[in-house]
Amino acid sequence: MRKAKLAQGLLLACLLLNGTPATAESPIVAAASSLQFALEDAATRFTQQTGQALRLNFGSSGNFYRQIAQGAPFELFLSADEGFVQALYDDGHVENEGVIYASGRLAWVQPKDKYPLPSQTEPLAGVHEAIAALQSGQRLRIAIANPVHAPYGIAAQEVLSRENLWAASEPLRVQGENVSQAAQFALSDEARGGLVAYSLALAPALHERSEYVLIPEPWHTPLHQRMVLLPQAGEGARAFYNWLQEAEAKAIFQDYGFSTD
Amino acid sequence: MDWSALSVSLRLAGLTCLVLLPFALWLGRALANARFRGKGLLEAFVALPLVLPPTVLGFYLLLSFGREAPVGAFWAEITGSGLNFTFTGILLASLIANLPFAVQPIQRAFEHVPHNLCEAAWCSGLSPWQTLLRIELPLVWPGIMSAAALTFAHTLGEFGVILMVGGAIDGETRTLAIAIYDRVQAFDEQGAAQMSALLLLVSFLTLGLVYGLAGRRRWVRG
Repeated sequence: MRKAKLAQGLLLACLLLNGTPATAESPIVAAASSLQFALEDAATRFTQQTGQALRLNFGSSGNFYRQIAQGAPFELFLSADEGFVQALYDDGHVENEGVIYASGRLAWVQPKDKYPLPSQTEPLAGVHEAIAALQSGQRLRIAIANPVHAPYGIAAQEVLSRENLWAASEPLRVQGENVSQAAQFALSDEARGGLVAYSLALAPALHERSEYVLIPEPWHTPLHQRMVLLPQAGEGARAFYNWLQEAEAKAIFQDYGFSTD
Repeated sequence: MDWSALSVSLRLAGLTCLVLLPFALWLGRALANARFRGKGLLEAFVALPLVLPPTVLGFYLLLSFGREAPVGAFWAEITGSGLNFTFTGILLASLIANLPFAVQPIQRAFEHVPHNLCEAAWCSGLSPWQTLLRIELPLVWPGIMSAAALTFAHTLGEFGVILMVGGAIDGETRTLAIAIYDRVQAFDEQGAAQMSALLLLVSFLTLGLVYGLAGRRRWVRG
């Protein structure tokens, strides 16, 4: 009995001594899911050059907006639009309006070699096909990010509405918590495809199993992506904020299909 | 494998057990022995996290942890920081979410201790404390181990509450279960597979321990 107690005590002591990992003091960066791969690359490069480690948190911009308003300990916020940063500024949660670090594009993404790829001129052909297939009883899903709090979801809703497909695609739509989850849904077996961030379509992890066609830029509100430092930002976060505006970072963003002018 | 997530998960599960078990020992024994009006209500309250959707618990905790809410404001007053998005916050959430997993096995075990055994101990001159230590605890030991194992395993697997209150911060509130969710979204299926296999193994071993102990208890009594 005593031995068991001792063993349990020792186990707990080990767990507790395990303690806080070395990364615990590095600044936490909250970033839109469209940056899932681009920012990982950028952060790795930044850490190699400066020795400053970063903790990256990916999610939908609207979700981060809410968490920041609730006091989340992020030091830098990279939104997928301008509105959420503006809202933080209007509410007095940040000291300035930040800067635009990149502009994103929306793309139609579908599983590789499974369906005909829509043309540049009719990028929503897949949605039309899926709606037609529904008449014959086949339900092929269309994935988008949640338009309530994900900027790429809002853009996707605008595109579908513009083409009068919003109502017709309703029984087919599945919503990702953020654009990265939407991309994952778009490539699942049940899906015809989805409207997600171009930056994800270009990422190596998706490239092998997906194909894409760009959505014309005028079809939705421009996805100017703004970043802002939070009041608790320390040296490390400020250095990264400045570094992201330099040519090297811009080149990484461009590799992932963002424009940076 | 996300080692910092594993570390967060182990610390969370270990601390939850450490803090919750003494309390569960007290409450489980009290519930087993006491007969009072409203006992059913109290037991229902303890069991609530079993059936409540984690998002409901998460939502209420998120509200009460905010800096404007009483609990959050009190905490900010004494420590200077809020409870949302902190390790302390998810620890508190985990203590509440695990209440039934810790209390119920212990309560059941105490209910099976024959009352005349304790009376015999008192007649033999043992104080209530000595009775607890020498007679009751050895008898309820399997119940305590079950409570510890279930609490530990359930904390490792907790997802909804932790995600809502914690915000998945690396090294602070991103547990293994949340790291798996993140890895899947990042199209890193290999990472997700490794962590899932680990959680599967730990959960299986834990339940094996629980059922093993339950079997031994039947054997002792029978």
